Amino acid sequence: MSLNKIFRNTLLVFFASILLSACAVKTTGKMQGDVYTGKDTVEYLASGVPDRVFFATNETVLTTASRETLRKQASWLRKNSKINVVLEGHADERGTREYNLALGERRANAAKDYLMTYGISGNRISVISYGKERPVDSGSNPLAWSKNRRSVTVKAN
Amino acid sequence: MKRIIFFIYICLFTFNWGKAWSLIEVDITRGNLNPLPLAVSPLSVDQNSKEKFKDLLKLEDIGAEISKVVENNLRQSGLFNPLDPKAFLQKPDIAHVKPRFEDWALIKAQALITGEVKIVDEKLRVEFRLWDVLAGKEIMALAFTTVSENWRRVGHIITDKVYQRLTGEKGYFDTRIIYVAEEGLKTSRIKKLAIMDQDGFNTKYLTLGNELVLTPRFNPTNQMVTYLSYFKNLPRVYLLDIETGIQEVVGDFPGMTFAPRFSPDGKKIIMSFAKDGNSDIYTMDLESREVEKITNHPSIDTSPSYSPDGKYICFNSDRSGYQQIYVMRSDGSKVKRISFGNGLYGTPVWSPRGDLIAFTKLHKGKFYIGVMRTDGTGERLLTENYYQEAPSWSPNGRVLIFYRETKSDSAGKGFSAKLWSIDLTGYNERMVKTQTDASDPSWSSLLTD
Repeated sequence: MSLNKIFRNTLLVFFASILLSACAVKTTGKMQGDVYTGKDTVEYLASGVPDRVFFATNETVLTTASRETLRKQASWLRKNSKINVVLEGHADERGTREYNLALGERRANAAKDYLMTYGISGNRISVISYGKERPVDSGSNPLAWSKNRRSVTVKAN
Repeated sequence: MKRIIFFIYICLFTFNWGKAWSLIEVDITRGNLNPLPLAVSPLSVDQNSKEKFKDLLKLEDIGAEISKVVENNLRQSGLFNPLDPKAFLQKPDIAHVKPRFEDWALIKAQALITGEVKIVDEKLRVEFRLWDVLAGKEIMALAFTTVSENWRRVGHIITDKVYQRLTGEKGYFDTRIIYVAEEGLKTSRIKKLAIMDQDGFNTKYLTLGNELVLTPRFNPTNQMVTYLSYFKNLPRVYLLDIETGIQEVVGDFPGMTFAPRFSPDGKKIIMSFAKDGNSDIYTMDLESREVEKITNHPSIDTSPSYSPDGKYICFNSDRSGYQQIYVMRSDGSKVKRISFGNGLYGTPVWSPRGDLIAFTKLHKGKFYIGVMRTDGTGERLLTENYYQEAPSWSPNGRVLIFYRETKSDSAGKGFSAKLWSIDLTGYNERMVKTQTDASDPSWSSLLTD
């Protein structure tokens, strides 16, 4: 193998790795990857307790920020033991209706499971999926979709 | 030897005979860029009947109105080119008795439909004939009686008979579409169940819009409908009798039931039940109320649809990591993935002919309506758009109806949802007119066979 060729290959690998690392974490204003990180639509259950968590496209995994939000919700729920909540799971508009209903249910349950691991009784939490039926942002663009992929904790009583 | 000759003679004879009877025939298996020119002569009405119909239905000329229904149906099918009645040289009443074929050939009509409507015992009696203009002979004649209010259906039934005679396959015109009528902001959309004739007329709203309703589907054997309602904020599958308006929740499930559809014999409902973040497919027998779990997998299993013989079920699952189409036996055994193309696949629906599965595909930010064979081979994409999904088959398996949404800004400006239809050939794509925005269409069976 000529030195020239080796050099060229190294260069290729080098550029490829730069490209990959650029893709891995793309933060564009209010999104990290395609998970919404802004505060535009967020409401508060109590001071410092955000009501919602956001998801990546087709995903139900809770991000670090989502887990932090849910821990705050859990401690608020522990302090207010008379309050029950409904977790409303939602999907964006870029999916078929029926699958999105299932996806919304799965997202709300991901949030419920996390609250339960922090000591909140499952009896205090009910879950409903709205699929793609109740967006908060009507826009047909990635930022709007990221706001709509969410699970919102709502007081039930 | 003699026997063989005789046999050949029979063959030749039948062959010729068949040909003589099929001078005009329409091929519906390919895209039809040269629709058959034909004339729908206004149905003739005698003066006495005309007056009575005017009183009963407030129609100036019921004969012409029924012909318009037929004409519109034939044009929408994309297979026929109904000629402008202004060019017709012969009067309807005479044409119906004895057409002057030269006159009809002159305006390039290859087929001619004539007829007569009258009042008999307070009922509407129609008689119609289909003529082969080039061969100069009658190829079909039929008469039937119905209540006058059904006059549009008379037009649909005539179209079905003509379509069947000329294409060799059953029509789909005397049918209805059930769908979700939509109004209001995208963020708080008001949705109602609505039903209309296949051509967009006679719209009726079946719910008031107080609760969210989704995905209505017809029972293929009667006038029952199953759908998802958020009544009391509990998303459950419901059953609705269109005739009586009586509704009931299907089964007693401790969670969301959704994606309902009837079995081909109309005796079961198949649907998804979601619990603890997992959706599986269940059936419920409408008579015994017995519930059966069909899939048992930690993934999302939804959008089930039976094969017309009831032996198989196609469904949507993300057990491979992403939404794909699977087929299994109706007892849940022998699950097999059939979609392997690029992208995600959803909403599989088995064709009433049994040979194809229609689906929605999402690939690189575009949505497609397509079909594939039941083993997943022969994938064909019929239409591409920004957003479209949920195909439903016409009862003869030749046309798909689905809905399409447009892009909007953050205030919802620019948004619309409309019903569209497209032929299995990928040709003849048309918007289906509805009074409001519309989604989730489902096609009924033929109302009269």
